[in-house]
Amino acid sequence: MTTVAVKPATMAQALTRAMRDAMAADPSVHVMGEDVGTLGGVFRVTDGLAEEFGEDRCTDTPLAEAGILGTAVGMAMYGLRPVVEMQFDAFAYPAFEQLVSHVAKMRNRTRGRMPLPITIRVPYGGGIGGVEHHSDSSEVYYMATPGLHVVTPATVADAYGLLRASIASDDPVVFLEPKRLYWSKADWNPEEPQSVEPIGRAVVRRSGRSATLITYGPSVPVCLEAAEAAREEGWDLEVVDLRSLVPFDDETVAASVRRTGRAVVVHESGGFGGPGGEIAARVTERCFHHLEAPVLRVAGFDIPYPPPMLERHHLPGVDRILDAVGRLQWEAES
Amino acid sequence: MTVMEQRGAYRPSPPPAWQPRTDPAPLLPDAEPYRVLGTEAAAKADPDLLRRLYAELVRGRRYNAQATALTKQGRLAVYPSSTGQEACEVAAALALEERDWLFPSYRDTLAAVARGVDPVEALTLLRGDWHTGYDPYEHRVAPLSTPLATQLPHAVGLAHAARIKGDDVVALAMVGDGGTSEGDFHEALNFAAVWQAPVVFLVQNNGFAISVPLAKQTAAPSLAHKAVGYGMPGRLVDGNDAAAVHEVLGEAVRRAREGGGPTLIEAVTYRIDAHTNADDATRYRGDAEVEAWRDHDPIALLDRELTARGLLDEAGREAARDAAEAMAADLRERMNQDAVLDPADLFAHVYAEPTPQLREQHAQLRAELDAEHDTHGGAHR
Repeated sequence: MTTVAVKPATMAQALTRAMRDAMAADPSVHVMGEDVGTLGGVFRVTDGLAEEFGEDRCTDTPLAEAGILGTAVGMAMYGLRPVVEMQFDAFAYPAFEQLVSHVAKMRNRTRGRMPLPITIRVPYGGGIGGVEHHSDSSEVYYMATPGLHVVTPATVADAYGLLRASIASDDPVVFLEPKRLYWSKADWNPEEPQSVEPIGRAVVRRSGRSATLITYGPSVPVCLEAAEAAREEGWDLEVVDLRSLVPFDDETVAASVRRTGRAVVVHESGGFGGPGGEIAARVTERCFHHLEAPVLRVAGFDIPYPPPMLERHHLPGVDRILDAVGRLQWEAES
Repeated sequence: MTVMEQRGAYRPSPPPAWQPRTDPAPLLPDAEPYRVLGTEAAAKADPDLLRRLYAELVRGRRYNAQATALTKQGRLAVYPSSTGQEACEVAAALALEERDWLFPSYRDTLAAVARGVDPVEALTLLRGDWHTGYDPYEHRVAPLSTPLATQLPHAVGLAHAARIKGDDVVALAMVGDGGTSEGDFHEALNFAAVWQAPVVFLVQNNGFAISVPLAKQTAAPSLAHKAVGYGMPGRLVDGNDAAAVHEVLGEAVRRAREGGGPTLIEAVTYRIDAHTNADDATRYRGDAEVEAWRDHDPIALLDRELTARGLLDEAGREAARDAAEAMAADLRERMNQDAVLDPADLFAHVYAEPTPQLREQHAQLRAELDAEHDTHGGAHR
């Protein structure tokens, strides 16, 4: 076996490689969406796929998200494995009826006879200076729809491993790509992607003893940075990267919180009705007697995503996370 | 200097040349719905086909009546009857080959049955024991779609996939007049035309979307005219003329199979019954209108033609009626048996492998059922 040099790669490159390898391994894998062909995607994540596999395998579609996902349903019915791109988070909304009424339900409607192995790639989240409709965190809509898997990578290795796993899954997967991590780099060996954990497993990215930061996607690096900064305050923070919102890894999360006794959930999407509420409730149900303080949430504000010149005030940053960590020194209110 | 004078000084270069992509003339539908029965064209129709259509229409009407009766007995939650529209249902289904696919809407139970789906399994959705009672792959019939027009892009995708794989499979997608206002209708037709997918779209224009008449649904000259804007041919056919529907569908299916791309067909018909058994049609239409359509009944039209050509006599009518009665008796008997349900099904078909969360919930339900069983000492169905 030839040894492949470990080289720095971006998350976008790992995603491209994942699709390329999946297409090479399985002729039923088809990539489709607006601009994915000749242009290689507006983020260049599908760069080179049309050239290598032809326009039938990497297809520029008409500009119509319901049509893209709806035709993917029919293609999956006929034995293909479509990987569709929804160019930006908020552009996926026209496809919601197809997603909710058909993609998520077809296996169930047909008593398991018609599974739909579709991967729906959604670049999501803010922090790249995008204008209105280009920075939504829409994960809670997908999480609330039974029948969908919802995953989101935070590392280069996970971008590859999770996308390969999503394409190989016999169920529909909403694959949320944190756009602001597209250009994040890591040393990566593309020949050994097997080392990543499967869908449904959370990973402890940093071990610690004083409190757990529960997070995913674009907030993972922010939490790791906060954990480093917290050392000065005497806090030894554990960081759990969920990787998969559905299924949810209660075990890894609860084990961590039982060790630390304190938890903060961190995400970009709004707090009210957001993923953090669900996560905090699950942690509380499982770890109540281990908790030294309420499970806190650090989330985006409950506002429509702000214009780019204001987004830094909206996105949870290191200071806001450290402030919450400080509040974990809980004392009962008089 | 005025603004106009300034503009006058400006000499623009001519714009780049413009060419229409497609000559719209051959795409336009006929001015009148195409008819066969009662015209000279009927002489060319295959007698065996006409007799088969007749038997299927009679059976279909009986099916509609029986299913409606089952709603009154509480055996069906609801039934959207296609009485008056049987010619569209049956002739369209018979225009397909076995390897082709049908994408029905919620009203198209008869088309599914005409393709071989078990009459009881076709009603599972409406009985309420599961959403889709039949295996879609067995007769290549997609699940009956309750959301409007959302099954049309599925038909396009399936046809496109089949062509990519080198199979000469055609998809027939059925939709009502109301469904043509939905966004998915537009996206499906556009994708189909751009991809030249082997799809046939059949709009059964029965006059009403529940209570809203066609005039409030569209300002287009006809629904078939909508095809032109997508770059595919539009055909207008008398939806109560089974021979005409079969011929027009057959041509479109052949064209699609041979690589000619999609067709949009509008079949002009009428829903004799209300939207469903739960609807009161007298609130939005008069008896005179319904009676006028009864005179143009699909079974009567075919009966007249067959009789005139000596292809149908009283014995033939009786044979068709008897076959329909036998089907209805079987349907009645099997529908009157209580469905046997497995509560574990609730969790079995959400994902290929249940998530840990669903496993927990399944265990919870099992505990509840066991407690119920212990309390009442009976089987939990």
